[in-house]
Amino acid sequence: MLSAFLQFLISGVTVGAIYALCGLGFSIIYNASHVINFAQGEFIMIGAMTAVSLVEAGVPMPLAILLAILVTMAVGVLLEKLAVEPARKASVTTLIIITIGASIFLRGLAQEVWDKNFHKMDPFSGDTPINLFGAVLMPQTLWVLGTALLVILLLAWFFNRTLEGKAMLATSFNPLAAQLMGINTKRVLMLSFGLSAALGAVGGIVITPITFTAYDNGIMLGLKGFSAAVLGGLGNGFGAVAGGLIVGIAEAMAAGYLSSAYKDAVAFVIILLVLVFLPNGLFGRKGTERV
Amino acid sequence: MTLLRVEHLNKEFGGVHAVSDLAFTINPGTIHSIIGPNGAGKTTLFNLITGVYTPSSGSILFNDVPTAGKAPYQLAEDGMSRTFQNLQIFFNMPAIENVMVGRHLHLDRRFLPSLLRLPGIAKGDAQAREKSTELMRFVGLEAYLKADADAMPYGALKRLEIARALAAEPKLLLLDEPAAGLNATESREIDEVIVKVAKSGVTVVLVEHDMKMVMGISDHILVLDYGKKLAEGTPDQVRNNPDVIKAYLGGGAA
Amino acid sequence: MSGLSRWAGLGALAIFLAALPQALPNNYYVDVAVLACFNAIICVGLNLLIGYAGQISLGHAGFFGLGAYASAVLVNSYGWPPLLALLAGAAIVGLMAFAIARPVLKLKGHYLAMATLGIGIIISIVINTEAGITGGPDGIAAGPFSIGSFKLAGERDWYWLMAGLLLATVWLATNLVDSPVGRALRALHGSEVGAEVVGVDTARYKVMVFVVSAVIASVAGSLFAHYTPQLTPTKADFFKSIELVTMVVFGGMASTFGAIVGAAFLTMLPQVLTVFEDYEPVILGGIMMGTMIFMPKGLVPTIAALFNRRRP
Repeated sequence: MLSAFLQFLISGVTVGAIYALCGLGFSIIYNASHVINFAQGEFIMIGAMTAVSLVEAGVPMPLAILLAILVTMAVGVLLEKLAVEPARKASVTTLIIITIGASIFLRGLAQEVWDKNFHKMDPFSGDTPINLFGAVLMPQTLWVLGTALLVILLLAWFFNRTLEGKAMLATSFNPLAAQLMGINTKRVLMLSFGLSAALGAVGGIVITPITFTAYDNGIMLGLKGFSAAVLGGLGNGFGAVAGGLIVGIAEAMAAGYLSSAYKDAVAFVIILLVLVFLPNGLFGRKGTERV
Repeated sequence: MTLLRVEHLNKEFGGVHAVSDLAFTINPGTIHSIIGPNGAGKTTLFNLITGVYTPSSGSILFNDVPTAGKAPYQLAEDGMSRTFQNLQIFFNMPAIENVMVGRHLHLDRRFLPSLLRLPGIAKGDAQAREKSTELMRFVGLEAYLKADADAMPYGALKRLEIARALAAEPKLLLLDEPAAGLNATESREIDEVIVKVAKSGVTVVLVEHDMKMVMGISDHILVLDYGKKLAEGTPDQVRNNPDVIKAYLGGGAA
Repeated sequence: MSGLSRWAGLGALAIFLAALPQALPNNYYVDVAVLACFNAIICVGLNLLIGYAGQISLGHAGFFGLGAYASAVLVNSYGWPPLLALLAGAAIVGLMAFAIARPVLKLKGHYLAMATLGIGIIISIVINTEAGITGGPDGIAAGPFSIGSFKLAGERDWYWLMAGLLLATVWLATNLVDSPVGRALRALHGSEVGAEVVGVDTARYKVMVFVVSAVIASVAGSLFAHYTPQLTPTKADFFKSIELVTMVVFGGMASTFGAIVGAAFLTMLPQVLTVFEDYEPVILGGIMMGTMIFMPKGLVPTIAALFNRRRP
């Protein structure tokens, strides 16, 4: 009884950590540009697929991971340069369609570069399960949680302690003022896409030994990451992490106790309820529209 | 009899009092100006009166009926219409259709007749187009009768908003800085339009920085400062009010 | 659009639709034309919502799917006459759209996109999962469309039905756009508060156009259930929704004839470029990005603007 609950909790927190990283990616880009990047999930897929194929080609795993992150970052920056920046002044609807188009484009490209099959990567440190009060904890789960925690701490340090991070924060509060203060807002935009892509890649790579990856994995993960970001209050870093964990745990519980077929619906039911009843998310600021 | 009565009106934005304990009345058939330095709460006051914002406390009575809980479109049905400091033009439509939207309340807008384009709809539209053309000429936009709204200069768009508001045939017309961004000649033309509107029986409330306009055409002036009433009265009374002179010192008022 | 050019447009479309079958060598091409008509009808409705009223929906395939499955299930499992099933599907979808529209359409921009997307995905998950009713991923067959003893058979019969319906939909849609209702819709797209202060109940109009576009999708879905030999859940999934939105934006937002061109083009594309079958998502995504970056108004309005500029 308790062990089953614990098992669901573990799997919920694990996948929730990936949603959290993805939600953070949404928030970083949203803060820098007020763009919602619906292609965020593709970063997860590209990171994972690249790492898998590099490992399969014989590249040592740490190097493969590093290269995969760099490749994904390059994709992110290219996406910003080629698709988002030319339409910076466009309406929200236009930008939504552009980033959804990018998502489908990247997915289609992945299908060509790789294939339609599932891919698997070996766990980072073996697969001897750890027994935890009757529940099974895979070592890779610890890798996921540890990596997510490390990344979140690094991000906190980056935004609060470094000049570059502070410039990005300043741009999110007031782009015009930031520009007048000599901050290169174009660079900030580019950086935000690079950073978000890296977050997606890291998440995708560490989770692949548990969940497998395929060319069409990104969309669902991305949409759930977006749910996490909105649940926590769009643009709120802490909120994105909390939102990711909530969505992940709710999903795992629903799969465990209700029906695994409706697992994917959980995130969307949550997001609809939040949007209708709590439009600013759990931790978002309340805004008044100026006319 | 008063057309608009404001009592103990307050509006707070996260601890900032944009409007505090404001009370005034507006009589029908007058031109009523609201002036004050930037940030005095003039536009907030407009948004409160027209139902765009909800007051934190206090009441607004339009035709002796409280406006509380009414949406802007319901207040429009009651006879209020307005323009905006930050233009709210329908840039996706031709200029003339912007004005025709102002006729909305006077047209048959049932779904099925519109879907089938019954003769009444076509006839109503033709009349609305005629009336809107008239209004565009009235505000001096005859050159833009065939223009798209997104191809018009700022000054013309200001007038387009006035024409749209007039198309609704309001009892109370609220104009938020109608002369902003206009040159002196254009401002005098707007003066004339406003005076003509008032003569036709419409009560006009004006937020404006152009003191020449305000002093020239107003029957009554309300001076706001930090969301509070600083003074009110006729242009002469306001001009000579020591508090107003102090607040505007160096501002070039009067 | 003035009255005259509206009739000219409708007339041109009628002549085109009447002449088209002569130019189609065999039933394979007629089939593509029928599919294009289905998509065009949905897109004309969706364009009222996205193009004219400015409210995005990333879940419209859900309504198409609900209509289709309502027909398939009611006819196949309960023996209802197809026309009655179609009307029941439209009523169910209309009521559902009405119920969710008010809270959902309060949302703007990204939030609205996310909410409609969520609704679409939930519908598609339910259709996939409730295999006992819907047949699950294998799908379900609704059988031929018949009214009384009259049975619709063959691609050409279907073509005339769908071409006629498309023409009727276009007539109704252009009527609506050019009425006080349509002006209110376009106005709330331009500025909600600007529309409100001259008396437009923006919330009501948004609900109305959402319901209208959902019901149109549902009716098209119901007919499609009878047209297709086997109805599968892919017709109701996220990609179908995206495909529909792409058709609308590629042809041109706020252009009824643009929606038809977009639907026709994107229906034909995979058929014509069979070599590129694998590249379909790349091409679809590329078209979405390219259209928005290089001609954000879409194909038909962009070409129309070019012509107008050339004329003095």
